Amino acid sequence: MKLDQHAPPLAVPVSEKDHAQGPADAPIVLVEYGDYECPYCGRAYPVVKELQRRLGDRLRFVFRNFPLNTLHEHAGVAAQAAEAAASQGKFWEMHDILYEHQDELANTDIVQYALKVGVEIYQFEADLSGEKYAKRVRDDFRGGVRSGVNGTPTFFINGLRYNGEHTLDAMLAALENAAPRK
Amino acid sequence: MTPDVNNVAAPLLSAGATAPPFTLSAGPDKSISLKQFRGRAVVLVFYPADWSPVCGDQLALYNEILPDFAELDAQVLGISVDGPWCHRAYAEARRLRIPLLSDFEPKGAVARSYGAYEAAGGICRRALFVIDGDGIIRWSYLSPFDVNPGADGILAALENLQGRTVS
Repeated sequence: MKLDQHAPPLAVPVSEKDHAQGPADAPIVLVEYGDYECPYCGRAYPVVKELQRRLGDRLRFVFRNFPLNTLHEHAGVAAQAAEAAASQGKFWEMHDILYEHQDELANTDIVQYALKVGVEIYQFEADLSGEKYAKRVRDDFRGGVRSGVNGTPTFFINGLRYNGEHTLDAMLAALENAAPRK
Repeated sequence: MTPDVNNVAAPLLSAGATAPPFTLSAGPDKSISLKQFRGRAVVLVFYPADWSPVCGDQLALYNEILPDFAELDAQVLGISVDGPWCHRAYAEARRLRIPLLSDFEPKGAVARSYGAYEAAGGICRRALFVIDGDGIIRWSYLSPFDVNPGADGILAALENLQGRTVS
């Protein structure tokens, strides 16, 4: 699957504000717009993990929030929870545990996950109830809309829209193709 | 062979055309007319059917960015051939806050007037229109049935409109 040259490219460039794994100078940058309660994102989650394992330092993975609250009532809070955890240096731990428990995202569940990943819980709860990171989540969403994101997950590879299947083989081929091994 | 005229899709109305006026039911006891939004921008979202997966995602997306549409002083209206009770059930189930209009009787008449009717299937095409405060179409877009067109095109069109109004 080739990257879509006609679809809108990534409107908001990857920056230090993003949550990212992998070297900053990696030749391949994969950006996901995702929703913690979306089952398709849940299925893509282990695929991305495996892509990271296979590509190692050649891949930088960036996750941005795109919670469709209309369809998923817990998605917005879950996104803010990951951002609150990020403020305590635990974004990826929270991101992972949320995707691993997609069907249990009530507020009480989320607090349990926060305890498990080891954030300072009073601060976390205050941030969450005060909606401290609502704007951050909303900004991610708006940037996604500008990039033509119309559902989740939506992936961009080196700034271009990936419209292929969310399978390991298809995505690995597209990523390898974006930056062939020398 | 003589083509069946009812199956030949009329072309989508494009920028510069006057938006055909309409009054449609927006629920069992409410109707909405295009002219009541004079002075504001209107985004018309024709979609094939309530409950279909792509339509649901498309409307959910627009529902999510209603504050952004409000900031651009634009009213979003969804239109399909589903009846008002169907729309009500659908909007409640999906928590949609976008008015859903029923192009129900005579079926598809408004969609036809915009070139947004698919006679073969008896449903609206997946078409978008941005109409300015004077009732002139400023942007239109036809998406394949199975593709959610997103919102980037609408937002860009609304911003262009504001640019024009300001200058």
